[in-house]
Amino acid sequence: MATRPTGDLTGAATAVTPVAVVRAVGVRRAFGPVPVLNGVDLTIAAGEVVALLGSSGSGKSTLLRVLAGLDGDACGEVTVPARSAVVFQEHRLLPWKRVADNVALGVAGRDVAGRVAAALAEVGLAGRERAWPAELSGGQSQRVAVARALVRQPELLLLDEPFGALDALTRLRMQALFQRLRAEHRFAALLVTHDVDEALLLADRVLLLDGGVLVEDVPITVAHPRTTDAPGFGPLRRRLLALLGVPAGPDAQ
Amino acid sequence: MTVTEDAAPRTGTAAGAAPKAVATVPVRARRGPRVRRWRRLVSPVVLVLAWELVSRAGLVSPDKLPAPSDVLAVGWRLARDGALGAHLAQSLTRAVIGLAVGGGVGLLAGAVAGLLRLGDDLIDPPVQMARMLPHLGLLPLLLIWLGIGESLKISLVALGAFFPIYLNTYAGIRDIDERLVEAARTCGLSAAARLRHVVLPGALPALFIGLRLAFAAGWLSLVVSEQVNAQVGIGFMMMEAREFSQTDVVVLGLVVYALLGLASDLLLRVAERRALAWRRGLRAT
Repeated sequence: MATRPTGDLTGAATAVTPVAVVRAVGVRRAFGPVPVLNGVDLTIAAGEVVALLGSSGSGKSTLLRVLAGLDGDACGEVTVPARSAVVFQEHRLLPWKRVADNVALGVAGRDVAGRVAAALAEVGLAGRERAWPAELSGGQSQRVAVARALVRQPELLLLDEPFGALDALTRLRMQALFQRLRAEHRFAALLVTHDVDEALLLADRVLLLDGGVLVEDVPITVAHPRTTDAPGFGPLRRRLLALLGVPAGPDAQ
Repeated sequence: MTVTEDAAPRTGTAAGAAPKAVATVPVRARRGPRVRRWRRLVSPVVLVLAWELVSRAGLVSPDKLPAPSDVLAVGWRLARDGALGAHLAQSLTRAVIGLAVGGGVGLLAGAVAGLLRLGDDLIDPPVQMARMLPHLGLLPLLLIWLGIGESLKISLVALGAFFPIYLNTYAGIRDIDERLVEAARTCGLSAAARLRHVVLPGALPALFIGLRLAFAAGWLSLVVSEQVNAQVGIGFMMMEAREFSQTDVVVLGLVVYALLGLASDLLLRVAERRALAWRRGLRAT
């Protein structure tokens, strides 16, 4: 498959977009003389889950940080919903706050405690409100981080390799949890990952970042709920891996 | 696994006696310190007893070193006639005011230098230079500036407390994980809220180290300044006693200083354990 020019790509994306929650135009970011993002155009529709694939150092996380408003030195136009939440690769819980206070961080309004308890129950940690982060396992901590995002009822969820640091079994459970939460809350999400299977499993669309621009836009049309052994995945996986420069198997040339 | 010889049998008895225990390791950890705490008392008690015996036997003249019981007796006498209380109150007042002033200024300066780049550039260089000066060496200059009154003693204590508080506040703020601050930002926390929820609790462990060092430096400054020239205070009591060769009162003063240091350290430990309760979880895992 040939690489399509970027302009083509966004045109195709916006054509099928009902309401865009994320609109980024011409995002550029350089670290010193090295450009990392070289004019990225990105649109994410309401309720759409977009996976951002790319090899290590391709600028995936940089793009996510720009969208999260954590990068003051990037240029370009970026529109994101006010209700956005971020889940990082590390849980980033404040060790001096109990689980409930971590989830409630910055949450205002009525019945915060009730909403926190509901969010914790949704990620399978009901009743752990009083625990210290240090008492939790890696997977549990990451669940709390997801609850901290959920309690804000985000229109957009920004996920930076959220399950990348977890062991394989925990990762599978977290992916299932994400699918369930997504079906329930219908948030839009940008999922930065280097795991092709994870992208296929969770995303409606896979974007490939290479050389600072989005070089591929692959819609994933397999019906939800998905499993990694769904029939349509084989060719897609091989194609994405080839685009990432990885041979699909030991017999590949 | 290396198990010390006396630890192994203890595990067995403790595991049998405590069915609540989840694992054998914490059981041993709980039983061990209690025995060790008593064991650690043995040598100090033996030393005091030896001192008492040596004094009683007349091997050391009471002018050089009175027996511990004599020191206790003179302490009791001075406590009853109110002299000890008056000296102690004056010394404590100096310590508290000095620590509050020096600690407060140190905290403020450390926070400004730690949080703001401009503050760092303006405050840190002179403080780092002044830090190299042993603050007790300033005594002659302070005597010229402030005379021999209360302000001299309070200034010296404040100077002693300032540097450890400043340095540890600064370091504590600088050592905060930037990723946590970032996460707080994505949660919509304002700069003031980040200060309260992330920076302050994150710098607290370092601040407690600073406090402990400040207490130690403060007591040292107090001892020195009270022996220079004072009308009241534990140090004055000791210097006066020296003139009259009341060695028992001199030793009593030392004991009071030691107890004050011990009490302040204990107080700080309790406060630390309460404020840093979240760290206990860290230690458990």
